[in-house]
Amino acid sequence: MTAAPAAMPLLEARALSFHRQDEPVFAPLDFQLCEGELALVEGDNGSGKTTLLRMLAGLLHIGAGELHWRGEPLQRDRCAGEILFLGHQLGLKADLSPRENLHIAAGLHGCRDGASVASVLARIGLRGYEDEPVRRLSAGQKKRAALARLLLLPASLWLLDEPYANLDRIGIALVNELLEAHTDAGGAAMVTSHGTVSFHGGEPRRIRMHD
Amino acid sequence: MNRPGLASACAAMLRRDLTLAWRRRGDIAMPVLYALIVTMLFPFALGPEDTLLQRIAGGVVLVTVLLAMLLALDAMFASDIEDGSLEQLVLAPQPLALMLGMKILAHWLATALPLIVIAPLMAAMLHLPGAVIPVLLLALALATPLLSLLGAVLVALTAGTRRSGMLLALMLLPLCVPAVIFAAGAVAAAQQGLPWFAPVAWLAAALVLAVVLAPLACAAALRIALDA
Repeated sequence: MTAAPAAMPLLEARALSFHRQDEPVFAPLDFQLCEGELALVEGDNGSGKTTLLRMLAGLLHIGAGELHWRGEPLQRDRCAGEILFLGHQLGLKADLSPRENLHIAAGLHGCRDGASVASVLARIGLRGYEDEPVRRLSAGQKKRAALARLLLLPASLWLLDEPYANLDRIGIALVNELLEAHTDAGGAAMVTSHGTVSFHGGEPRRIRMHD
Repeated sequence: MNRPGLASACAAMLRRDLTLAWRRRGDIAMPVLYALIVTMLFPFALGPEDTLLQRIAGGVVLVTVLLAMLLALDAMFASDIEDGSLEQLVLAPQPLALMLGMKILAHWLATALPLIVIAPLMAAMLHLPGAVIPVLLLALALATPLLSLLGAVLVALTAGTRRSGMLLALMLLPLCVPAVIFAAGAVAAAQQGLPWFAPVAWLAAALVLAVVLAPLACAAALRIALDA
């Protein structure tokens, strides 16, 4: 580690844009995201927030522009597993319990040091629902089960698409706590949200989507 | 942090799909019932004439098993695409083709293996000589995974489209013709006391090719399906 962390952003976008049937989904974007930073992606419905996040996660191809990961052009096999994406579809199997769902995620990604499925489920507020099929959980509880992945899996960049949706007041506070702990530990996160978000520890960087 | 090895990731994937299949046991029973009913109806339709039933037994069992597999093929990736599990799988730091290979294996274990288990019963209902049944089972053991793998590629290709079922059947039927010809050829040869090894070897060769290539094709097709 010779380079100073400030000189080397974790993720850097240069004139990044995406076209769907030759129509630009959003105007070219330039932004940097360093370790320990939080970025809030703002924009109206249909302004391309989800598209941007899916592109950064590697689900969509890069339309135009460049994306750099730790100073080098982004290659998916180099940053595989370092990026954690949580989209509108939660990626939970409805027939399995939260515990089983997390065990599968851990089986594919590995675990953070010191994190266990049981402790993560207790922390996320699903104590007593560990073995209930996800199908029978409420929308907010499903969201929590998906958010538990953030605590369990090792990743340096979180891409969270509407993490506050369906959550109650305590759940929203919990997400903020998770984000704070993650950035304090040197991780970075990008969050899309409509609602007002309050963070302790400084103003988050804002990425405005305009069309 | 510690990344899991390939073997444990494969095991997690396989366990997941088998657990899911077990939770939906009714779906497994459907192809089995279908195959049993179809085979049972043949003697009623054609009459209980031993020589005729014996002559068609091998072919009927093969075709019935392959068609029964078609019933469950459609669902191979559908639920994973719907609930976002596939996105998570694509983003996982594991080779996607291998993980999909595990999914195909789990699908084969859940749909084709029960059919192979009841195949001797189906063959007996059609008076297939007992000596031919091992050859029939061998042919099925090679032809069904081949169909699962070819089917998986087509399911992945049609993943994004609505009402892909009919398209899938139309695309798959020409692909399973060689498998049926070789498998039925082996059974017919065994029935006539001729050497049956060559068609079985052809099936095995095709299976080896499919095992290597089909998961790669699936992975590419599903990546494209998500990238839209």
